[in-house]
Formats: sequence, structure tokens, C-alpha cells
Amino acid sequence: MATTDIARQVGEDCRTLPLAGHVGFDSLPDQLVNKSVNQGFCFNILCVGETGLGKSTLMDTLFNTKFEVEPTTHTQPGVHLQSNTYDLQESNVGLKLTIVSTVGFGDQINKEDSYKPIVEFIDAQFEAYLQEELKIRRVLHTYHDTRIHVCLYFIAPTGHSLKSLDLVTMKKLDSKVNIIPIIAKSDAISKSELTKFKIKITSELVSNGVQIYQFPTDDESVAEINGTMNAHLPFAVVGSTEELKIGNKMMKARQYPWGTVQVENEAHCDFVKLREMLIRVNMEDLREQTHTRHYELYRRCKLEEMGFKDTDPDSKPFSLQETYEAKRNEFLGELQKKEEEMRQMFVQRVKEKEAELKEAEKELHEKFDRLKKLHQEEKKKLEDKKKTLDDEINAFKQKKAAAELLQSQGSQAGGSQTLKRDKEKKKQEALF
Amino acid sequence: MSKGFPETRTDAAMSELVPEPRPKPAVPMKPVSINSNLLGYIGIDTIIEQMRKKTMKTGFDFNIMVVGQSGLGKSTLVNTLFKSQVSRKAASWNREEKIPKTVEIKAIGHVIEEGGVKMKLTVIDTPGFGDQINNENCWEPIEKYINEQYEKFLKEEVNIARKKRIPDTRVHCCLYFISPTGHSLRPLDLEFMKHLSKVVNIIPVIAKADTMTLEEKTEFKQRVRKELEVNGIEFYPQKEFDEDLEDKTENDKIRQESMPFAVVGSDKEYQVNGKRLLGRKTPWGIIEVENLNHCEFALLRDFVIRTHLQDLKEVTHNIHYETYRAKRLNDNGGLPPGEGLLGTVLPPVPASPCPTAE
Repeated sequence: MATTDIARQVGEDCRTLPLAGHVGFDSLPDQLVNKSVNQGFCFNILCVGETGLGKSTLMDTLFNTKFEVEPTTHTQPGVHLQSNTYDLQESNVGLKLTIVSTVGFGDQINKEDSYKPIVEFIDAQFEAYLQEELKIRRVLHTYHDTRIHVCLYFIAPTGHSLKSLDLVTMKKLDSKVNIIPIIAKSDAISKSELTKFKIKITSELVSNGVQIYQFPTDDESVAEINGTMNAHLPFAVVGSTEELKIGNKMMKARQYPWGTVQVENEAHCDFVKLREMLIRVNMEDLREQTHTRHYELYRRCKLEEMGFKDTDPDSKPFSLQETYEAKRNEFLGELQKKEEEMRQMFVQRVKEKEAELKEAEKELHEKFDRLKKLHQEEKKKLEDKKKTLDDEINAFKQKKAAAELLQSQGSQAGGSQTLKRDKEKKKQEALF
Repeated sequence: MSKGFPETRTDAAMSELVPEPRPKPAVPMKPVSINSNLLGYIGIDTIIEQMRKKTMKTGFDFNIMVVGQSGLGKSTLVNTLFKSQVSRKAASWNREEKIPKTVEIKAIGHVIEEGGVKMKLTVIDTPGFGDQINNENCWEPIEKYINEQYEKFLKEEVNIARKKRIPDTRVHCCLYFISPTGHSLRPLDLEFMKHLSKVVNIIPVIAKADTMTLEEKTEFKQRVRKELEVNGIEFYPQKEFDEDLEDKTENDKIRQESMPFAVVGSDKEYQVNGKRLLGRKTPWGIIEVENLNHCEFALLRDFVIRTHLQDLKEVTHNIHYETYRAKRLNDNGGLPPGEGLLGTVLPPVPASPCPTAE
């Protein structure tokens, strides 16, 4: 019987071997890409901004379609999120695009809790992914990823500085999602004011410690362009889906009495830069950052919250199993305790009810006794009365007998007068 | 009468025990398909380029295992496949070293680069397989090794603070060398493949195919295919994992006609018709390794490296690894695996191979 004898010699100092000819694994990235194209891609954008800042219009402009979302009113009682998923196809690439918009953000009088639904939504997406990952039978490779990859924060074009609502919300979101701040409806600001505005915003973000998304500069091919773009943040954008004839081409623009703002003209606004950065250069990086940084952070916090640790204070590796077992025992113990408590309460209730019933029984008995006694007394009284009556009747009868005797002796001597008297007596007697 | 016992106390107690239902995460609405008549170019297809750049930067891992009796030309074939000296050949062993008494597992890693693509290739050799007099259960060390790699990956995945890129040592592909007897498969071959086809991708290969004529080759292949089918052995590409019709037709062709590949390996070059080609020199001619008329090495190479390399990795990750993980978690009662004080109480990693679902 072959015994198990495993001698492993993994070359830790992996030598780089020269190849004597063309092997062919340089098609590996193509194989990988082909598989991904077959599966399709997912991209989820979250738009946070006050009502009326042009979020839906910007999405329409970015993706060159009409997504047909109804404009919302200002009378929303609270902030909630509206999510829509679309299937876009360009050449052979299919993209599942999800656009989530805040509805009613900044409309309330008291805006303290405005950021909460947003944070909850983002966490809920992470939670759904975590749950799927922790399942025993899971299908991660066909799972529709709903985690938010980028958050476009719309800043109102006041020209002064950030609103406190903006700062608070961005601070809450910066550790959960990649934030790209943009100045909305920037055709309301002039060029000089715009530069000042951007500088003010950047300095405020820095001084408040808000981490916005930095375009990656480690890959040489994109380092340069990303580096310059980083300096242009926040992007000042204008959105429009209307096409106007300018020169001899149809272009997306907004027409004013004093001129036309061209959306795709880099001198007019930063829309082209935004599109370039968001879609054409860094889409994959945004997805990767979400997965490796934000999601891992969420997962770590969540698992630590549940009580799992990798190493205990003595820095010996803690086994997940041990902690699990401990937690399970704890939970079972608690269950038992609660069961006991309930049982005790039940027993107590039964006892009390019993005591009550006993009391009632006793009272009934007493009442019965009392009634019985009364009844007896009544009976006695009646009997006494009866006795006295009987005595009276007897006495009367005796008197009557005596009287009749006397009468019979006297009638023989008396005659008819006594008859009358007898009749009278008899009448009197009948009256009794 | 005294007042009845108030009902509210039990209700309050009950609501403490029943936990608040967790809010369901917001599920996006059913996707609305937008007509592809987009009013202009957006640039979504640049994601392909972005992804390609990213993967080239991170590099790839590939682990290939070769199993077969000694002398079948395993190391030579691997060297021919990857056009470099990845394996030390048995012939260069010191004759003092006898054939190992047990099955050993030797994994050697190299980094090779081509066209800007870096690959960390690990060749896992199994000297001693099928070489003893009594070869019972000689697949067990191999199965144990494969499961250990899955276990390692699982442990890393279950960690709280995970590495950015978990090192992948799982066996992606197992080349099983069949002896070119010309008759049929040996009982050892059948046993091995039966056990291992459920945990790893097996590609059966007929070694030293230059000992058979063309007719013998075709007959032998047919017989081998039939036997594998009769015994219920699913070799890679498995029928059940074909994703769409395109894959199915392509893979059907490979399954029913080409596999198992009859190969010849060599790392020596000879002059043929003015070109230097890899081949074997015999008194009756030179067998060209890369000539499709002579042997099917080129088919094997294209299959494994140029078209199905990524698929091999994906099937390993999405199917074999997931099966292992599900089984491990189920055995542990839904708990993630780990050794500890409780390791003796709860089922540890099985020393003998996990009973595969029959």
C-alpha cells in the first residue's frame, strides 16, 4: 500500500526561464477578455445631489440615451433612492448599467438625517454580496453585482463654497465608495469664478479630510493623463440632450440669448474630461477599487463586529471555527436562559390563577354556610309560630267543647232565646 | 372577582425573543433593454482594453500536474509544451537513486514571459505513481495533495483581513499519460481517473504515440473513449460545463474526435527540409513533433495553452473548488474550517480522500 509521502520542492526563488520558441500563452489576456465579454460587465453609478441639479440629464448625456426618468418635485418628505438598471450594447460589449439617484436630497427643512438612507443603501449592497460569498452553495461568477462602483456628487453652482450638507454627506461616504465631485449646471458660473470656486472646494475637502477618488497614476500608459485630470477635479459639467446645429454639425448644446454652450467643447465645460475619466479610462479601476478596498473594509468590519478575529491578543492565529463554536454556545445558552425565564413566568401565572380560584371557592362556601344558617333560623321561627297557633287552636277547641256542654244543659231549660243566642254565637264563631 | 392577569407582559416578552426582521437589500428593477442605436459613441468597449491592461500587470498563475508511470515521457512532454527546461528529466537522475518507494509529489515553479504576459508556471510531478508491485490506492497521495491546495485557498479566503491577491496553487489541469499498449486502458488508469475526474480537470494523453501506426492509433483512441464513457469518467472538457451552443459544438468535436491526444515529445532539433524542427530521429525517418500528420502534439498544445487555458482555470475555480468548499462547510455544520482546540471534536481535514459523490 503506497504510503503518503509528500516532498514538496516549490522553488521559492522562482527562476525566470527563457523560452526557446513561441509557446502561445500570450493569448491568455485575450482568452480572459473573451470570457468576460461573454459574461457581460456590470457598472453601478450613484448620483447624489439636490433636486434640480441636472442628475438625470447628465446621465442621459453621458450615455447618449434617454433613460426616461420622471423629474421629481421638491415636496418629498424624506430622502430615498431610486434605482434603475439598463442593458447597453456597444459593438460586442454588453454592459449592465445601474443608475441610482437620490430623490428628495436637500429638500427637507431638517437635513440631519439626509445622508443616512444613502449610507444604508450602499451598505445593503455590500451586505448582499457578503451574504452570497458566505453561502455554502454559491454562484459568484454569475452573481449580478449591485455594489456601487462610483458616486458622482453634484455640487450646486453657488460660486462660494461647499454647503455643510455636502461636507457632512461626503465625509460619511468617502470610506464606502469612490467619490467624484462635480459642479453641476456650471454654465451659471463664469470662468474666473470657476477657478476660484474649484480651489475653494478642493481646499475645503482637504481641510475636512474627505477622501475623494484619485485617478490611478501607477500604470505608465495612463499615468500622465490621469495625473493632469486629477488637477482638474472637481469637474464643472453641463448636461444637455438637445442637439443644435452649430457650424455644419449637430452638437449637444444649450442655447441662450447671449450664446450657445456646447457640451462637448472642452473650453466650455469639463464634460468630455468626465466622460473620458469615468468610462474610457478608469471604469475597470473603479470596479477594482470598490471590490478590493471598500468591500474588503466593509467585510472586515462586519466580521469583526460579529466577533471573529484572525489573531487573539497573544497573536496566535485564532481559528474561525473556535470563535464560531464559542458564539454558537453562547447563543444556545442565551436561548436556554430565555426558555427558562418563560417557563418560570408561566408557572408563576398558573400559581396565581390557582390562588385566585381557591379564594373564590372559599367565599362561595362561606356564603353557602351563611345562607344555610339563615334558613335554619327562619325554619325555627316558623315552627315556634306554628306551635303557638296549634296551642291556641287547642285551647279554643276545649273552650268550645266546654261551652257546648254548658249550652246543651242550659238549652233544655232556656228554650228559643238560647237558640237565638246559639245562632249568634255560631255566627260569631264562623267569623273567627 | 379579582382583576384578570394583564396580557401585555407576555406579549412584551415574546417580542424580545423574535428578532426584528432584517431589511432586505434594495434589488434593482428588471433591466430595461435600450436599443443599441445609441446616438453616438460612448466608449463602453474600452473596458476590454482596460481589463487587458490590468490582467497583464498582475500576471497569471498556472499549475499543471503530470501523472503516469515512469518512462512514459512526462517531463519531455512538459518541456516541449513550454519550450523550456521546466522539468528535470528522469534520465538525468543519478542511477543510484532508485524509483521512489512511495508516490512523491514534486512541485517546481518557474516564471515565463511572452509578449508582455508573465506567467508563473508550476509543474507538479508525481514520480513513483504506478511503479510499485502493489499499486493499491496510489492515487491517494495525489488526491490528498489536490485537496490540500483547495484547503489552503479556502483558508485564505475565509480570513478576515484578506490578501489582495490570494496565491493560487490549485491544480488547474492534470495530464494523465496512457501507455500505448494498443489494447485498452489498464485497471490502474481507470481507477485513477474515476477517482480524480471529480476533483480536477483530467486530460488523458496517449504517450509515446510513435509506436503505433495510424490505424492502430485511431482504433486505440476509439476504444479508450468507449471505455471512459462506459466507466462514467468525465474528462475535460466536461459535457455538463458547456456554457452555450458554440462551446458545445466546439467541445463536442474535440471530445469525440481528437481526445485523447496521441502525442510525441522531444526537445532535440533536427534539420528537416532546410528548417530546424523539434523531432525524434529514428533509422526510418524523423518524427516531427509539430507536424499534425505525425502526431497530435500541436493539437494538445493549442488546446491547453492557446484556447482553453483560461477555461481550465475557471472550471477549477468555479466548479471544482466550489464543490470542495461546499462539502467542507457542510461537513463542519456550516462553520468555516480551522484547526484548534475543537479540531479534535469536530471533523478535521480528512486524512483519507473525501468520499466523492458517486
